[in-house]
Amino acid sequence: MLATAIILFREVLEAALIIAIVMGASRGIARRGRWVAGGILLGVIGASMIALLASDIALKFEGKLSAILNAVILLSAVALLTWHNVWMKSHGRKLASDIATVGEDVETGRQPLTALMLLTFAAVMREGSEAVLFIWAIATSGQQGLDLASGALVGIVAGVLVGALLYRGLLRFPLRYFFSLTSWIILLLTAGLSAQAAGFLNQADLLPALGSQLWDSSHLLSQASLLGQLLHTLIGYIARPSGIEVVFYVGTILIMLILMRLFGKSNPRTERHQRVTIRQTTS
Amino acid sequence: MFGRGVVANLLFFVMVMPGPATAAAPTQAIAIHKDGFVPAQLELPPGVKVKLTITNEGDLPVEFESFDLSREIIVPVHRSVTIFVGPLRAGRYEFFNDFNPAMRGNITVKPANEEMN
Repeated sequence: MLATAIILFREVLEAALIIAIVMGASRGIARRGRWVAGGILLGVIGASMIALLASDIALKFEGKLSAILNAVILLSAVALLTWHNVWMKSHGRKLASDIATVGEDVETGRQPLTALMLLTFAAVMREGSEAVLFIWAIATSGQQGLDLASGALVGIVAGVLVGALLYRGLLRFPLRYFFSLTSWIILLLTAGLSAQAAGFLNQADLLPALGSQLWDSSHLLSQASLLGQLLHTLIGYIARPSGIEVVFYVGTILIMLILMRLFGKSNPRTERHQRVTIRQTTS
Repeated sequence: MFGRGVVANLLFFVMVMPGPATAAAPTQAIAIHKDGFVPAQLELPPGVKVKLTITNEGDLPVEFESFDLSREIIVPVHRSVTIFVGPLRAGRYEFFNDFNPAMRGNITVKPANEEMN
């Protein structure tokens, strides 16, 4: 049971951490919970479909398509997170002051709600398809069904709990710095996802490695350890990175910073036109 | 919405990357049986890209994963998948089945100049 719990915990953890950060970063935006929940639901459906199709996909493309699929999902998340950070750059300050004066649940002119949903969808679909495949495999193998099912449940609950803890921890940060903190976390998280996408494209031989193992820090912090895995998800830690992964990582950070500077300026004129309405929390 | 980041990333790559290596990569097969990888220990040459063909001969799906190589791929039941690794430096690289971490193996790459002594 413990072995099953650990495997499911690891599969769920990445999605849970990403959702926790996204929930934190979109703090104060009305109805975000509903959209994120919708994204999770769609993600589970998408994951199940991918898991069901996995053997067909592998048959036709010998693994190339699954690597491309993973890279596309990851790069979509990279694009959505980049957009989110650019959007927050111009709306974050207003959002923080609205939350401070009126409390949570702020209605803003253009809500990044669709982006939030798609992002959650992508995060759940990627890790979820592996979890679904694993659960399905142990379910059909018919060995100690109940024991394995309870193990799976424990793992999923533990993963979600770690995500919830991170979310609670984030919320303790003072509002003044809150959105710049989440923006920095998202910057590194996105760079990490981008590096992962590079790994998948290199695995399928679509990108060159540009040098294997630029450094080896596995003796300092193994990626197999829990801390190593947490940092892998949160800031993209790779103990033995290839050149292409580092290039994607650094390139994503630079591009995001440039886009945030170019398009993320607070413009007082557009802000006035946007007619930001605020309502009190009703639930 | 999809993408300035991605597009810019790709552009960046087209500019910096050398053309893809066209020489055929040597192939190494790995079979997955009920009890583990066969072979579980393999030796690969340094400095060249290697094609790994992984075949699942067991009755459960496997996720072939390696932190050391940044590789991760589902190998469905009775199917083969192909991935590329390297060019690798001398060293030891572990891999495992993410769906059953007791199932593990490793790749050893010996330094190129050893034979010259």
